[in-house]
Amino acid sequence: MTDTSIISVKNLTKMFGDFTANDNLTFDVKKGEIFGFLGANGAGKTTALKIFCGLSFPTSGEVKIAGFDIYKETEKIKKNIGYMSQKFSLYEDLTVKENIRFYAKIYGISKNEIKNKTEELLEKLNFSHALNERIKDIPLGWKQKLAFSTAVFHNPKIVFLDEPTGGVDPITRRQFWDLIYEAAENDITVFVTTHYMDEAEYCDRVSIMDAGRIEAIGKPEELMLQYNADTMDEVFLKIARQ
Amino acid sequence: MNKQAIIISGISKNYGDISAIKQLSVEIQKGEIFGLIGPDGAGKTTLIRILTTLLLADEGFAVLEGLDIVKDYKKIRKIVGYMPGRFSLYQDLTVEENLSFFASVFETTIEKNYDLIKDIYSHIEPFKKRKAGDLSGGMKQKLALSCALIHKPKVLFLDEPTTGVDAVSRKEFWEMLKKLKAEGITVIVSTPYMDEASLCDRIALMQNGKFMTVNTPENIQNSFKKTLFAIKSDDKFRLLNDLRNYEFTNSVNIFGQKLHYTDKRNNVSENDLLTWLKNKNHKNTETEIVKASIEDCFIEYMSREQLAVSSRQ
Repeated sequence: MTDTSIISVKNLTKMFGDFTANDNLTFDVKKGEIFGFLGANGAGKTTALKIFCGLSFPTSGEVKIAGFDIYKETEKIKKNIGYMSQKFSLYEDLTVKENIRFYAKIYGISKNEIKNKTEELLEKLNFSHALNERIKDIPLGWKQKLAFSTAVFHNPKIVFLDEPTGGVDPITRRQFWDLIYEAAENDITVFVTTHYMDEAEYCDRVSIMDAGRIEAIGKPEELMLQYNADTMDEVFLKIARQ
Repeated sequence: MNKQAIIISGISKNYGDISAIKQLSVEIQKGEIFGLIGPDGAGKTTLIRILTTLLLADEGFAVLEGLDIVKDYKKIRKIVGYMPGRFSLYQDLTVEENLSFFASVFETTIEKNYDLIKDIYSHIEPFKKRKAGDLSGGMKQKLALSCALIHKPKVLFLDEPTTGVDAVSRKEFWEMLKKLKAEGITVIVSTPYMDEASLCDRIALMQNGKFMTVNTPENIQNSFKKTLFAIKSDDKFRLLNDLRNYEFTNSVNIFGQKLHYTDKRNNVSENDLLTWLKNKNHKNTETEIVKASIEDCFIEYMSREQLAVSSRQ
């Protein structure tokens, strides 16, 4: 982790008609940081996430993602980020190999590099035997690990994870976090939303949103101290019930 | 009067070559909140669908409030409430229409059983003219629960009612379940969230179609035999890797800000560990002996099962 900002958000506001989905957000994420973006359902997380990925424009405010301007350089942003969500990431009817190749080609990776990196990746995940299995036939935990690996296949500067780990057993969930830590060690910034409050504690820093605003931001241990709580779950409940 | 609400004996179910649940047996007491705790694919939904008479078991039998789940399925359907995983609401009907619909199916009215659902329904009543499809996740969950309760069931089945719901709504939901228990309703609830296990009277830890254990959360936690250390240092990832390669490590897992560690030796002290950490150049280290959580126990049971499988192969 360094002190360079990789995500810089200043006074970001997003309105839908009269409804303020994001209300004057200001925060920075440092390079190589694991940043948890938390909030109740409807707090405005997805709206902000779409803006950061270059899929939607703010109503006002300045946002820079990997040094690129959110208004003028959305295509450059897309090349420099990875994205994964629980709901959508891999094509169910394509095989493991086809999914990897599909994503790698979209990001313009050369044939040779795809071949080498695919072998490396399958070996790391212990997936070599499943190369020609269709995604719909492999277990959920494998899907999640593969989805994450394809999201960082092109070595993005930032990877956005939108509730990546629902429904898997505690061992598989931890194996997934191993991949996240490894990515962060390789200077990929990880921006993650989750409903698992213990996962919030795995993050270097977290922000907690409520009704469109960031109500708290900091290291998990600082927030627990500040809110006089033993767990992030308690912090979250205290903020949401204010 | 029988004390058991449900008796399950040797229930198995296969889908083609895949064995979804294997020889499950358990007795659930009246008025109990019984939790099925396990990940996707553990067999929670299959078991719930068999008990609600929506699916036939391949082997075994079950009795619910004295009724056979195969022979007496029509009677059983009148006395159970079922809230499936993806809330079975009619998206195009309003909140009120959904509730009236479920009431009329069970030949009752909203007014007749209003007392039972009042606490839950009052949260969404201001939106009763809104279509169910336009509700937030937390509100859908409350409506689905109201619909499952409108005929005053004796046994209530909830299949992952809190999945994808935020921590605040989850907390409120569990408070509601406690009130239902006070009304004498037996509740069978499945969840992948280990932290919700402690809110149940008894739980079954499920994995690969089997009950790894069935007991009270407290007894399961107390059955954790090894001394469990919570360890912390400035560089958690390096600490994790160092401990994984340490010759005396029995298990090491991330838990929030800390690592949970058990040692192969019997009499290891916090000081022994701190000395080793210092030699490995870890800064700002802290260790503490902690009580095992349900998640620690789940991991421990899973590892034991995996060991048993690999020793058989």
